[in-house]
Amino acid sequence: MKLPIVDSEQGSSRAVDRERLDDVVIRFAGDSGDGMQVTGSQFTSTSALIGNDLATFPDFPAEIRAPAGTLPGVSAFQVRIADYDIHTPGDAPDVLVAMNPAALKVNLGDLRPNGILIVNTDEFVERNLKKAGYERSPLEDGSLDAYRLFQVPLATLTRRALEDSGLDAKAVERCKNFFALGMAYWLFSRPIEPTLRFLAKKFGARPEIADANARAMKAGWNFCDITEAFQTRYEVMPAKLAPGVYRNVTGSTALALGLVAASRRSGLPLFQGAYPITPASDLLHELAQLKSFGVTTFQAEDEIAAICAAIGASFGGALAVTSTSGPGLALKSEALNLAVMVELPLVVVDIQRGGPSTGLPTKTEQADLLFALYGRNNESPLPVLAAASPADCFDLAIEACRLAVRYMTPVILLSDGYLANGSEPWRLPELDRLPDFPVEFRTSPEGFAPFLRDPETLARPWALPGTAGLEHRIGGLEKQDGSGNVSYDPANHEHMVRLRAEKIARIAREIPPLEVDGEPAGELLVLGWGSTAGAITGAVNLARRQGLPVSRAHLRHLNPFPANLGEVLARFERVLVPEMNLGQLAFLLQGRFLKPVISFPKVQGKPFFRNEVLEKIQAVLGGSR
Amino acid sequence: MSGSTTLSKKDFQTDQEVRWCPGCGDYAILSAVQAVFPELGVPRERFVVVSGIGCSSRFPYYMNTFGFHTIHGRAPAVATGLKVARPDLEVWIATGDGDALSIGGNHLIHALRRNVGVKILMFNNRIYGLTKGQYSPTSEAGKRTKSSPFGSVDHPFNALSVAIGAGATFVARSIDVLQAHLKETLRAAAAHRGTAFVEIYQNCNIFNDKAFAHLTEKEVRDDALVHLETGKPMVFGKGRDRGIRLKGTELEVIRFADGFGPDDCLVWDDRRSNPAIAFMVAQMGRPDFPTPIGVLRRVDKSTFETGMVGQIERETEKRGVGNLQQLIHSGDLWTVHEDGTIS
Ligand code: SF4
Repeated sequence: MKLPIVDSEQGSSRAVDRERLDDVVIRFAGDSGDGMQVTGSQFTSTSALIGNDLATFPDFPAEIRAPAGTLPGVSAFQVRIADYDIHTPGDAPDVLVAMNPAALKVNLGDLRPNGILIVNTDEFVERNLKKAGYERSPLEDGSLDAYRLFQVPLATLTRRALEDSGLDAKAVERCKNFFALGMAYWLFSRPIEPTLRFLAKKFGARPEIADANARAMKAGWNFCDITEAFQTRYEVMPAKLAPGVYRNVTGSTALALGLVAASRRSGLPLFQGAYPITPASDLLHELAQLKSFGVTTFQAEDEIAAICAAIGASFGGALAVTSTSGPGLALKSEALNLAVMVELPLVVVDIQRGGPSTGLPTKTEQADLLFALYGRNNESPLPVLAAASPADCFDLAIEACRLAVRYMTPVILLSDGYLANGSEPWRLPELDRLPDFPVEFRTSPEGFAPFLRDPETLARPWALPGTAGLEHRIGGLEKQDGSGNVSYDPANHEHMVRLRAEKIARIAREIPPLEVDGEPAGELLVLGWGSTAGAITGAVNLARRQGLPVSRAHLRHLNPFPANLGEVLARFERVLVPEMNLGQLAFLLQGRFLKPVISFPKVQGKPFFRNEVLEKIQAVLGGSR
Repeated sequence: MSGSTTLSKKDFQTDQEVRWCPGCGDYAILSAVQAVFPELGVPRERFVVVSGIGCSSRFPYYMNTFGFHTIHGRAPAVATGLKVARPDLEVWIATGDGDALSIGGNHLIHALRRNVGVKILMFNNRIYGLTKGQYSPTSEAGKRTKSSPFGSVDHPFNALSVAIGAGATFVARSIDVLQAHLKETLRAAAAHRGTAFVEIYQNCNIFNDKAFAHLTEKEVRDDALVHLETGKPMVFGKGRDRGIRLKGTELEVIRFADGFGPDDCLVWDDRRSNPAIAFMVAQMGRPDFPTPIGVLRRVDKSTFETGMVGQIERETEKRGVGNLQQLIHSGDLWTVHEDGTIS
């Protein structure tokens, strides 16, 4: 993977070796208060600007401020940069920056052998070692011999650099993450200017803070440049991405932008009802900023009110959205069924997290699939979509809104913590290429009845209060098809149950058929859904390079499935289904298509590693030879 | 059909067969609402009646307006979303004591504190009717029902106190059988900007018959009720021979036979900015006091929907109508050119 290169050095004061890497994974780890998320984000933004492909994985504790220096308080940000098209934030870090003993303890197991390990020695004092559960300092007992260890007194050096800054000791201490960032910039040959611009903007009102952080960063850079500790600098060249304008985007931001785009394309004002919940709150924060786009954000008194208000807004003609995570979706079940029953458009975003119950609020999981499909009383069909990557959240947000208004139905859009917080470069769409779906409300009283149906989609008319002559009542009671009058007629009930199911099933007619990447038939298909797309793609690509006969497909529509899914499954001898639950998609496929599939579950609150999927592919195919 | 023609009570009646038990107090409330709506000068299509679950919540089906029969307890939440999305609509909620104060208690208090511009008519029959007779959050302590065969050990809510405590800007009480008073109260609620909370004592003749007979029977009515009328002293009793006065921090019944007169009584004012007196009056009732009916509180406060819409308007004025192209193209951008170079 390494190509030694000789390059003339720009801006460095001494001759160092240069090494070009095609792909590197760096993890910044420290206490929650150490600013690791900012450090990682800055490294990411700068790498994006120099054209690397990248993927990130922020990993932070559920507690806002767990006791300093303890294992639960460790916060980390992993970023992978590459000169080619990558799909995951990487398995094992090549570089680990550990700001304290706890961060070392929690993260060391992941660092690859002979990886670069930078530790902040200032924190390796007895009290902190004890908090992290070390009996002796790992810096002294030889336990780190397998790594390229660099011991740097980050806090001391930062203090020295900021001696005359006039800031108090605490403020100075808080700059040490930028010292570490400066080191990382030197080591990986990145410019510091983008971060200087970031600091100036972020601390505009407090220039002394911006200045101190900038100085700490430069001091880190200079430290590497002057001391002989590092003999090598690394380079990762720009990736060959498709031409276009790019920005780095998290799933939360992409989702918010997608909803706003859908509002524009439908011609409806966006209404979001939400109650704060990790990891879905960011979507509320993002949309709350966008009032000038006609966006109403309603922070409700609870999850139930959030969805109910959205249903009320939908009745009034808004593009209504409610966003939450698993525990919140549980609370919304009854109201969601009301939307199914009254056939009003609504998009429910579920950013899945580890569970059950409160579970692992800041960790990722994909275990709400069956819940999204079936977690309501009685026959309650609705479309379910799942985004495959952070940028895909944009497209699927639009698709969810389009289906909701076209079919007059609630739609569940699944994302997860990994997609919401993770980021990737996003090739910005051309706006006029986005789906256009202007909504027409019913206005004519001629022959109007609230549950008359469009012959093609079976959707009922959307008739808004305020429209003369269309006065009508809707509600959760079973109704006569057509008139909408309350009806307890047994035959009508079965008719309505089947009709509601048929309406959703018909969506399959306009879902793009499932595409197979690789041979269209053969020994093994790896079939995924949601955020596992990256790991699966990476693993399948590698397996193919190793000559293994493996194809790949990814489901974005979980209900209804693409119409050709059964046929695709039938073309492969075996189907491997990796998912971050105990086999929920596998269960659905087997029930629906009577096709045995190999379930490959992982439920650790962490995304799949590419190599885990690769090894599974090898094992499955190896077993057959 | 539309607002330009004069509307009558008939315009608000539906062709749906009304399914309440014969003799139920809900009929009287329906009749009063159907009589008042046409007087309000609002085109019929701009009325929306939203309800939860329970006998009272069948109300929308019988009103020829837009209507939404939602789920148990959630009418205030649905109505809040509707009113914020469509401030042009007249949104009325029909709910009951179980719907509003038990399963929907949270939504009720939050709608009240936000001052959403909706009218909440809470039919209080002090029982669960639709589920066939369990004690409700307004049932008196010790109430024997199917689910409390040895008497309920719950302390009941006083609905008006809950509303005042939650910061409601309009709080009133009326009774199903007092048609004139009920209509007057509905008119006052309709005129209020912000949330209007009206508790309506309603007889459930099947499961809790005569729950309010001690207030409504001809012989006792005048002694048992005190009409709150702003600007007038709180006088009550058959011969208007008694009144309520404020003594220190307590209310007290005074008899004119003891040398007191109307001038000694508390002069009612529903616009007091301090809710303390309204709260004390809300607590009045058997055995020491007459039960108050009328408007307890009516104060002006900005409404939720005005605030929400105002923010959108102000932001739009400040920044101009949002530009999607600019929004998507914000943050740090880079361009990958056809030849693979980056800028
Ligand atoms: S049960 Fe009671 S409240 Fe319900 S309709 Fe019958 S009388 Fe009215």
